[in-house]
Amino acid sequence: MTFIAKPKVAHPSLPRNTLGLTRRDYEGALSTLCAGCGHDSITASITEAIWGLSLEPQNVVKLSGIGCSSKTTAYFVSGGHGFNSVHGRMPSIAMGANAANRDLTYIGVSGDGDTLSIGLGQFCHAIRRNLDMLYIIENNGVYGLTKGQFSASADIGTKAKKGETNVQPPIDPVLLAMTLGASFVARSFSGDKAQLVPLIQAGLKHRGFALIDVLSPCVTFNDHEGSTKSYAYTREHYEPAVHADFVPLEREISVDYRAGETVPVVMHDGSRILLRKLDAAYDPTNRVSAAQQIQERMRAGEYLTGLLFVDENAQHEFHQVNSTPAAPLNSIPYEALSPGSQGLEKILARYR
Amino acid sequence: MSPTTTRVNDFTIKIATVNGTGSASANTLLMKSIFRSGIPVMGKNYFPSNIQGLPTWYEIRVTRAGYVARSGRVDLMVAMNAETYARDVREVAPGGYLVYDSTWPRPALLKRDDITVLGVPLAQLCNESFNGVRTRILMKNICYAGVLAALLDLDVARIRELLAETYAKKPQLVESNMKAIQLGYDYAKANFECPLPLKVEPLDETAGHIMIDGNTSAALGALYAGATVAAWYPITPSTSLMDAFKMFADRSRVDKDTGAKNFAFIQAEDELAAIGMVIGAMWNGARAFTATSGPGISLMNEFLGLAYYAEVPAVIFDIQRVGPSTGMPTRTQQGDLMLAAYASHGDTRHVCLYPANPEECFYMAVQAFDLAERLQTPVMVLSDLDIGMNDWMCRDLKWDDSYRPDRGKMLGKEEVLKLKKFYRFLDVDEDGIGYRTLPGVDPKAAYFTRGSGHNQYGAYTEDSADYQVVLDRLLRKWATAKRLVPRAVIDATADSKIGIVSIGSCDGAIREARDLLAARGVTVDYMRVRAFPFSEDVEKFLAAHERLFVVEQNRDAQLRALLTLETAVEKSKLRSLLHYSGLPISSAFIVEGVLAELQHERASHPKGVARA
Repeated sequence: MTFIAKPKVAHPSLPRNTLGLTRRDYEGALSTLCAGCGHDSITASITEAIWGLSLEPQNVVKLSGIGCSSKTTAYFVSGGHGFNSVHGRMPSIAMGANAANRDLTYIGVSGDGDTLSIGLGQFCHAIRRNLDMLYIIENNGVYGLTKGQFSASADIGTKAKKGETNVQPPIDPVLLAMTLGASFVARSFSGDKAQLVPLIQAGLKHRGFALIDVLSPCVTFNDHEGSTKSYAYTREHYEPAVHADFVPLEREISVDYRAGETVPVVMHDGSRILLRKLDAAYDPTNRVSAAQQIQERMRAGEYLTGLLFVDENAQHEFHQVNSTPAAPLNSIPYEALSPGSQGLEKILARYR
Repeated sequence: MSPTTTRVNDFTIKIATVNGTGSASANTLLMKSIFRSGIPVMGKNYFPSNIQGLPTWYEIRVTRAGYVARSGRVDLMVAMNAETYARDVREVAPGGYLVYDSTWPRPALLKRDDITVLGVPLAQLCNESFNGVRTRILMKNICYAGVLAALLDLDVARIRELLAETYAKKPQLVESNMKAIQLGYDYAKANFECPLPLKVEPLDETAGHIMIDGNTSAALGALYAGATVAAWYPITPSTSLMDAFKMFADRSRVDKDTGAKNFAFIQAEDELAAIGMVIGAMWNGARAFTATSGPGISLMNEFLGLAYYAEVPAVIFDIQRVGPSTGMPTRTQQGDLMLAAYASHGDTRHVCLYPANPEECFYMAVQAFDLAERLQTPVMVLSDLDIGMNDWMCRDLKWDDSYRPDRGKMLGKEEVLKLKKFYRFLDVDEDGIGYRTLPGVDPKAAYFTRGSGHNQYGAYTEDSADYQVVLDRLLRKWATAKRLVPRAVIDATADSKIGIVSIGSCDGAIREARDLLAARGVTVDYMRVRAFPFSEDVEKFLAAHERLFVVEQNRDAQLRALLTLETAVEKSKLRSLLHYSGLPISSAFIVEGVLAELQHERASHPKGVARA
């Protein structure tokens, strides 16, 4: 249960990040999800990624909606504030929080039901506003807490545990995000930590909205024969197209570029993403051709994965567009916000 | 009208036009010129939910006594709209006047012998003097302002002065507008006996006052409260509040050197997102607000419940309009009293403030932020279309420069580090309010905000006892809220057994009605509730009176329902006077209602208690 805190015993030999903290310092409460749930693997990857970036735990803000996925924000970085909001509305909470303090790192964890059905509108508008956050969808194609109904990401022809076949087409968050102009769009698999951890790190460092759609099988309701979101099916049909390594600013010099294979993408703070194309024909910097290829492969039943689209030069992040000051709005002293009694007199002159 | 009934500085003009024809400028011009002559004036706009082509009315009440409500009668009608002509003619009080455009013949069936009809060929005058269809339409409306200036003895120099201010950057418009004014003015002077017995005479009663609408003053309040995040979805009649906030913020919050704006103004995708943004921002330490109307509050219900239970401050301005459903978006009502008080599922109750006029909108806006942060809960300010969108004569707004926002119980890093352990929902001070921290402070200050069951230490729970500890503490917080919210305004000077209980924008009509009733030998005490939960003084007033008239602007007696639910008052003591036409309540409505009820009681219970 989430109220059972993990014992905070750190073995002296545990590796420490540049802040001197171990991975244990980035953990949260014990998970109450089913044994083998893909979401728990994602939680482990998030913990690993944040530890690896040496973020101060208190500077991490964790946001979620409702559902199995949304519970997971309690399972990592207990030193950061968490906000488990209402179903499908996490993006608006994130927007308000980010508007108030642009200095913190915002990570939202949602599910396919939370994002693609009840929260589809807020999801789209968070992208449109280019809200600076990492948005992870833990995508399993079913509603778990209500016992296995299809979600909007369920593929045509996929079978529910009780045998029902889905007949409606899925909404694909990756294609949707690309259409809406998102500047960082990735897909991964909960079982591929090597791919997922650097994607999370790059997503956290990306300025603007970063989406990672993580296929995350539901062991209880959607891991059977006939399901297109089972572990077996996902492993078989998932195809890494672009591997992204994240290289923080301070480690840059030690990286060995293998010319021709690797494309470096410089991020706004000087960190780099090293894109390694596993599929020579795929170009993750061309929105139109990338979207076309993703769609074509989906029709063939394949999920392209990796950092599927990135544009580090996008200049329309919310705060940039709105000309907010460099300092967080919640830190502006009151004196700078009120025109005072003299100002009021001037204002009232218009109403005489 | 005989000379003995001359009503200098005490009459009502109503102007019937078609919306989108520029009549708003003419009407504002008329009203402001009266205000600048030192005469108290009231202006009410009855407009359609439409851009162009539907009927619209504007009522100007010149009131030397300084009443702020509708009287319920019309002394002079300017009938510019053929479509509504018949009903406009009918509405003029006997002995009154009708000004109409005599360019076209007037149907004989609308003839009335008990009013004076003044025909002015407005269209003809303007067609002869101006070119272009649009200009002619606009100038026709300015032209009637000129006619009224002559009939009512308005100061033309003042009209010019106002036009010069309005069109400071377009002097040619001052000249064309003045030309139209002069056309109407000269025609009236040449053809009618000017001025009429209804006329204005300069006074000195408006010094220290402004003419302002409640949305503008509420926006000013939000600005002065230090709000930095404003999130909203457009909805009549609240939109002008956000427009005003943006205008004030653009003028006073932008760094001249860098262009950086000390505010974020976010047009949300819907009201659900708007309230989510406000909650997110206030959770993260910025003062944030939204403005909406009934349909928006309906949509915000789920989030309001979250903010109540997770104890996140939020400020919501509800500019009430006519419901149910879409209702009549441009008409006024007090129809959200119940909705706001108990918004969302489960046991939820919300702090509500009820301003009566634009002046109170300003002060209550500031108070709303302080209360929201002190009580860590949403606070709703229930204004309405009448307050929000009409210009009201108010005392000058004052600002105390020593004001600093009350951030409530918020712990910084040093304070948290001194604690053995930080618990978000523990009732340390036994007032029902826990301590909160902001993200980014320290790992020790971190806590988890959730709308699911939680214990007083901030952890998830499904344990009955732990759940109830938190729910019961929220009741203690409610009791604290009762002590902190603004008290009712009570006038018990009549020392009567009868009292009027009311809320918000009914105030002006009630004040006038009390004077009118007193003149007829009926004296009544008066209490205006200003906040929910009801403070102690509300209970006392209810208990101290034998007969209570509850005056409100909705069909279902929502204030009365709230009083019976939340106080010990016996339901049978409460008599409702309900006004829900969509137009602002008039003093005549209340006078008639009270007298009729008292008469009825005397007839049925000759020795009844309800005697003034």
